[in-house]
Amino acid sequence: MELLSFGKTGWGDELLIATIMTIAVSITAMLIGFLFALIFTPLKLSKSKFLNLIGNCYTTVIRGVPELLVIYLFFFGGSGAVMYVASIFGYNEYIEINAFITGSFAIGIISGAYSTEVFRGAIQSIDKGQFEASKVLGLKKPIHFFKVIMPQMLRLAIPNLSNVWQITLKDTSLISVTGLVEIMRQSYIAAGSTRDPLFFYSFAAVLYLLLTYLSMKLINRLEVRYSRGY
Amino acid sequence: MDFELMITSLPKLLNATLITLKLLSASLIFGLFIGLFFAILRVNKNPIVNKFAYGYSYVFRGTPLLVQIFIIYFGLGQIEYLRSTVLWVILKEPYWCAIIAFSLNTGAYTSEILRSAFQTIKPGIIEAGHSLGITSKIIFYKIQIPIAIRQSLPAYGNEIILMMKGTSLASTVTLMDLTGVAKYIISTTFKPIEVFIVAGGIYLFMTFIIHNVIKFLERKYSY
Repeated sequence: MELLSFGKTGWGDELLIATIMTIAVSITAMLIGFLFALIFTPLKLSKSKFLNLIGNCYTTVIRGVPELLVIYLFFFGGSGAVMYVASIFGYNEYIEINAFITGSFAIGIISGAYSTEVFRGAIQSIDKGQFEASKVLGLKKPIHFFKVIMPQMLRLAIPNLSNVWQITLKDTSLISVTGLVEIMRQSYIAAGSTRDPLFFYSFAAVLYLLLTYLSMKLINRLEVRYSRGY
Repeated sequence: MDFELMITSLPKLLNATLITLKLLSASLIFGLFIGLFFAILRVNKNPIVNKFAYGYSYVFRGTPLLVQIFIIYFGLGQIEYLRSTVLWVILKEPYWCAIIAFSLNTGAYTSEILRSAFQTIKPGIIEAGHSLGITSKIIFYKIQIPIAIRQSLPAYGNEIILMMKGTSLASTVTLMDLTGVAKYIISTTFKPIEVFIVAGGIYLFMTFIIHNVIKFLERKYSY
């Protein structure tokens, strides 16, 4: 227990900060994922074969390639790509991207592929009559989407989105390879300096369990809220 | 684009794919037995047995695979007692540690898949067996298990693909699998995109094969 005390002698405060970091990366990644889903879900649902192909390429490639490989691509290729873009605008200095941004982007792209599939499935399982009815009523496109489709889609998507959240939360442990100090990295450091890996990795496992347990509780509440009237 | 690098790195990566495949097949075989064992415990009526099996799958599904590998590879070596037993021969090898972690992990997911398959079997089928005078044991082996396997094929196919991606974590415990070699080539040549295309292509190809084999099995065993 002494190992977990706060202050200079223990690792309690470091691990607490690391846990907050894990939560921050997960939420950022999830939001970035939503952005990607917002772009790719319409592509996958569109009638054009070409747009379909782009959407399918994204979800197939990301879901078929290990997360670690994607993270390495961003870790080693990220600053190169940004520097290349910057050099077009005439900026030739070395740019180093923050590990937080690289990490959340890499995890975000992965989580986006899963979210895209969830949203696509949810929209496709909405009754066709709903689309036709809002067309017949002459609703404008934004109102049709935000007031008719979105509420029904969310109800269907939330249970699956909670799975995506779990996957995203667990995937953030992989960012530790890039040196971002989240739960896994902090446990690695603590285990190295105290020579007590069993304790610290087990504690990390407990922290992750706690996070998944608490987020499940929260999401269950959301689920109840969005299925009112059913 | 450095096509020469892509061509020269291909044989090295294909060689490393062998280790990935070995890890995958070993963990899937062990994981299937672990999963079947815990799924049978889950449908057991004894609440203690039931809770134990649920706890196992909850812990392994709620924590990242990386933590599990690290606990087994770095953590277990710390226990002095283990070092003096025969188990140490296995636990000092990163290869076996990775297989143990992967098997336990995929076992937890497989047990959930099989459990839900067992529970969706219509009671009428089992009752029909009973009324024909077939013993419970034969009903279990000859009726429940085959139906459960057919039911769980699509979900199990997904699990195989997830596990294949999971084997990439073996590279964090010094094993040179496909991802490990890819990372090594990237960090020595600093050409991430080219290596990613080749290594990612190999992974995608494996996903494609697994996907189609499962589809074929589904069609073969459909009723």
